[in-house]
Amino acid sequence: MKTNKSVRGLQYVAAYFGALVSLYPIFLMLTSSFKTNIQILKNPMSLPTSISFTAYSKLIHQIPFGTYFWNSVVVSVVSVAFILLFGVLASFYIARYPFRWNGALFFFFLLGMMIPIKLGIVPLFLLMKKLSLLDSVWSLVSVYTAIGLPLAVLILTGFFRTLPKELEEAARIDGASDFGVMWNVLLPLIRPALGTVMIMNFIMAWNDFFFPLIFIQDDMKKTIPVGMLSLFGQYSTDLSMLFAGLTLASVPMIIMFFLASKQFMEGMTAGAVK
Amino acid sequence: MNNFAKSTWWKKGAVHLFPVPALAVYILFVIYPILSAFGYSFYDWKGHTRGEFVGLGNFVSLFTKEPFNHLFWNAFGHNLYYFAVEMAVQNVIAFVLAYLVYSKLKGSNFLKMAYFLPRLLSVIVVGFLWKLMLNPNNGIVNVLLKKIGLVSWAKPWLGDPTYALTSITLVNSWFGIGFSMLIFLAGLHAISTEVIEAARLDGVKGLRLIRSIILPMMSQSLIIITVFTFIHAFEAFELIYAMEGSQGEPYNSTDTLAVFFYRIAFGGSSGGDSVALGLGSALAVVLFFIIATISALFLYFTRNQSAQ
Repeated sequence: MKTNKSVRGLQYVAAYFGALVSLYPIFLMLTSSFKTNIQILKNPMSLPTSISFTAYSKLIHQIPFGTYFWNSVVVSVVSVAFILLFGVLASFYIARYPFRWNGALFFFFLLGMMIPIKLGIVPLFLLMKKLSLLDSVWSLVSVYTAIGLPLAVLILTGFFRTLPKELEEAARIDGASDFGVMWNVLLPLIRPALGTVMIMNFIMAWNDFFFPLIFIQDDMKKTIPVGMLSLFGQYSTDLSMLFAGLTLASVPMIIMFFLASKQFMEGMTAGAVK
Repeated sequence: MNNFAKSTWWKKGAVHLFPVPALAVYILFVIYPILSAFGYSFYDWKGHTRGEFVGLGNFVSLFTKEPFNHLFWNAFGHNLYYFAVEMAVQNVIAFVLAYLVYSKLKGSNFLKMAYFLPRLLSVIVVGFLWKLMLNPNNGIVNVLLKKIGLVSWAKPWLGDPTYALTSITLVNSWFGIGFSMLIFLAGLHAISTEVIEAARLDGVKGLRLIRSIILPMMSQSLIIITVFTFIHAFEAFELIYAMEGSQGEPYNSTDTLAVFFYRIAFGGSSGGDSVALGLGSALAVVLFFIIATISALFLYFTRNQSAQ
């Protein structure tokens, strides 16, 4: 009994120490953004004595954050919408029809999970140039949609397969078309899987900076991460402004996480077990 | 053809159109660029136009010509190191944390969210945040070390070739723990509680319970984690770019194959434009085969296991 108690105590120490290590850098980023440069240099660990928004107002005047934010919203929302729509259509076809090539099709999509797409970046760049998509959010939307599809097909096909055939047959007897069966009968039943696909791809699209780094030159077309990247080149000594920039880049995602934390956690784990 | 027949044809055939949009986007923006990279690797590029066909010439240069061969193996070793640290630090800690959450400590929902929070940041934010924290003069890490009396432990973490790669891999682990933790947690929840209860009744507990019962029953999660980690380690680029710049300073000590590739493909610093596209593509093809072979081996292994 005594050992049990001390083991339990040790577990608590380890678990909460882990939480501290995870959260402290984020906490430090947040609090430092409200301090002045001198405060950060003199007492990097202390809490801000008074909350100063100077860094934020300077930042907003230096960079078009609102534009970056809007570009990020457009790119992420449109990509995720396409991934869901195209992914559902393809997965429904693969999972619910006995055509001979369905296995091959499934495997073909899965290949995408093993393909390091960044290695095709040179041809991809030339392709975007040919399609006149450089310096346009559509270059990002098309790439994010394409790289999000393999995982979407994997997860959604798994869920579609678990649904009983009888549901579909009943709907067909009532005169539903293929699309009707998919849209009205099966889609509402795979909502958890849709949530998983949506969340994982939203994180990916929102935070990526590799593709905008290469495809986007026009400052007004940049997304938040790559917009911040140029900021750090220019103001590498203004610490409070850098911390404010990092905070500003992270806050939208963190707020969303807290608003939908239950869906977030369940969605992520639901996808992994299948 | 009357209207009736037309409409049944439409009803029957339309379903074959369902996978078309996904296939079109996927082929155009994933498959085509990768296949093109294969094609490019056989040519000696002159500027931006395709030069003569050199067959495997670019591959030969990559493995035999100085400094490329040296840089290749240097970067390859760093990728392996990345993988080793991710497995040993990130995934072991992630498993421990997942197990702690699973054993129903008070506040486990809070813990789960806390561990996952770093994963929500952009890699660029993570890179710069830690760059500020690892600053040799006023970064919090060195300040903290000095404060607790470990003055000699304070190091120029990112500027010294001895510590740079390790620092970056550890930051990467900080970033990735939450995701691995969730996959392990899903695996733990998938184990039937009856099996664990039965083992407990037989007096199996503590580390033995984990080693003999829980880990073997989680082999699926372990394999998924290993494959993800491997692919991730061999694609490692963003964090290094954010923390060290594309040059992979100091002294190539943080170069991975992807950093090396980026420099050849976009930096043009190694050998000029004429060889860059061909050589870069050859490197891309090699990297592709490394990742594809290992993933395929793992998947083959998984299949055999689940067949038993």
